[in-house]
Amino acid sequence: MTMFDEWRARSPYYDESHEAVAQSVRRFVEREVAPHIDAWEDARELPRALHRKAAEAGILGLGYPEEYGGHSAGFDIFHSLVQSEELARPGAGGLTASLMTHGIGLPPILRMGSDEMKRRVAPEVLAGDKIIALAITEPSGGSDVAQLKTRAEKVGNKYVVNGSKMFITSGMRADYYTVAVRTGGLGMAGISLMLIEKGMPGFTQTPLEKMGWHCSDTAALYFDNVEVPPENLIGPENAGFMGIMQNFNGERLGMAHGCCAFARVCLEEAVAWATTRETFGKRLAQHQSIRIKLADMARQIEATQAWVDLCAWQNREGKARPADFAMLKVQATRMLEAVAREAAQVLGGASYLKGSKVERIYREVRVNAIGGGSEEIMLDLAGRQLGYN
Amino acid sequence: MKILVPVKRVVDYNVKVRVKPDQTGVELANIKMSMNPFDEIAVEEAIRLKEKGIATEIVAVSIGVQQSQETIRTALAMGADRGILVTTDVAVEPLAVAKLLAKIAEEEQPQLIILGKQAIDDDSNQTGQMLAALLGWAQGTFASKVEPSGDTVNVTREVDGGLETLTLKLPAIVTTDLRLNEPRYASLPNIMKAKSKPIAAKTPADYGVDVTPRLTTVKVAEPAKRQAGIKVKTVDELIDNLKSVGVLS
Repeated sequence: MTMFDEWRARSPYYDESHEAVAQSVRRFVEREVAPHIDAWEDARELPRALHRKAAEAGILGLGYPEEYGGHSAGFDIFHSLVQSEELARPGAGGLTASLMTHGIGLPPILRMGSDEMKRRVAPEVLAGDKIIALAITEPSGGSDVAQLKTRAEKVGNKYVVNGSKMFITSGMRADYYTVAVRTGGLGMAGISLMLIEKGMPGFTQTPLEKMGWHCSDTAALYFDNVEVPPENLIGPENAGFMGIMQNFNGERLGMAHGCCAFARVCLEEAVAWATTRETFGKRLAQHQSIRIKLADMARQIEATQAWVDLCAWQNREGKARPADFAMLKVQATRMLEAVAREAAQVLGGASYLKGSKVERIYREVRVNAIGGGSEEIMLDLAGRQLGYN
Repeated sequence: MKILVPVKRVVDYNVKVRVKPDQTGVELANIKMSMNPFDEIAVEEAIRLKEKGIATEIVAVSIGVQQSQETIRTALAMGADRGILVTTDVAVEPLAVAKLLAKIAEEEQPQLIILGKQAIDDDSNQTGQMLAALLGWAQGTFASKVEPSGDTVNVTREVDGGLETLTLKLPAIVTTDLRLNEPRYASLPNIMKAKSKPIAAKTPADYGVDVTPRLTTVKVAEPAKRQAGIKVKTVDELIDNLKSVGVLS
């Protein structure tokens, strides 16, 4: 068993069914992803065929209702964690971000959408035939969701949408967009979620170049008098804010676990290097300063992982407290920042060359620390929820 | 057609095995175990025959410690229909395995038994051949193609200098080589469905087979470290060197 996954065998939360899922996803990654990931990074997007293959392997549908082509019977949140961990193994965060965008785009529809919408959208997405994105953040702000400006006016029997969205993952390739719009007055009580579809007149996208997550297409979206039929409203008018907030615990847990997985990749690479590379007549790891670094990386990963697993268990048992998930995400991104830095120090010049996993993960620290709620917003939110006023 | 597929739990092929300090074997504690890769190829071949409508039922058999059940579950998740687990804590040898499989074959009456040509732990490469001898069935070993038709099966084997195709009368034994197929990964829903497929629990005593080892392991040691190579300056020097070590005369 490798350093990457041997910890699971000693965890109370994982059994042989989780291991079986890990083996299948690992083989999927080895066969369908690893040989191509560098080319996809250069191409700045994932091929659609990958979504269909991932659907056939059962990866896209894990945890979703059977009636829409998902599979949930017998699976728990730890199966999903194992899956995201194995998807992190190639050390390219854009893979999970873009292949699994439905993880943030689809749940609002399943929770709040009409039966007609669920039947129309969910099976196509879970089969990998269609891609769905979530569009909340705007050029004027991201974390302050309650102030968003994109407006949907009711004109006759249609909504007319005007405004723009920023940093939208899978924003170029998506067919469906779960979009937060203002249908009412100022603040959180005036926000609705709406399904906007590629090809609707007046809806355009432009690609954005980024520091990392290169295989994930990211876009700015523009809505210029886009007419949207009323049946595309997700849930009741002006009830979108809750729909957005309900996504957050799962998203933050997933990101925190992803950070642990990427940190393990960094540690694995650093140990492999330190135990073979020789300097001053001995292996790197035989220098006390390097051995201490490696143990310090392992210490931070294990501590964070223990909290991730506890939060996942609390989530499964219905004992979750949102402040914990916000703080957990900060713990995880700061841990990844420290571990990626130290791995780069151990690898030295090798970590600065394009194509090494550590180089890629180092570049992707920032998107974890900022995306899905910045560290500052997370801690402020946690402080308020804990009553530290 | 019913197909029997024996599957063995072995040290995962990614693991770098280490010899135990007392040189009695290799370290197995806390080591990742998986299905023998050649057996995965056997399971895959059986499933493909089922998908073509040739096979009707696939029975996966494992002989070994209780955890071998996980290896059967892997076969069931890939697409086998049911399992038979013969539990023993004894390190079984090829002849004992072949005797047990012969008894199971008498009970199950399969038309085809597809085995991995060898297991990656001890590399014996004997079980399939011994089983064919015990049952008196035809055998096609190291198969790179398996094509049943009617009451025969054509088995293509990779031999020195080309391919050899044998026509075997059923029931028959086939052992798989690396290039027969590329095994599938089990889909996640199938992993869950495999949990409810039946596995019969047996012991060697149920079949009246004595599995006591007949071989004694004297010593297990790491292979000798390879010496670093030398660089030669000219072709003549290379030839001289090859002559001096007896490669050329």
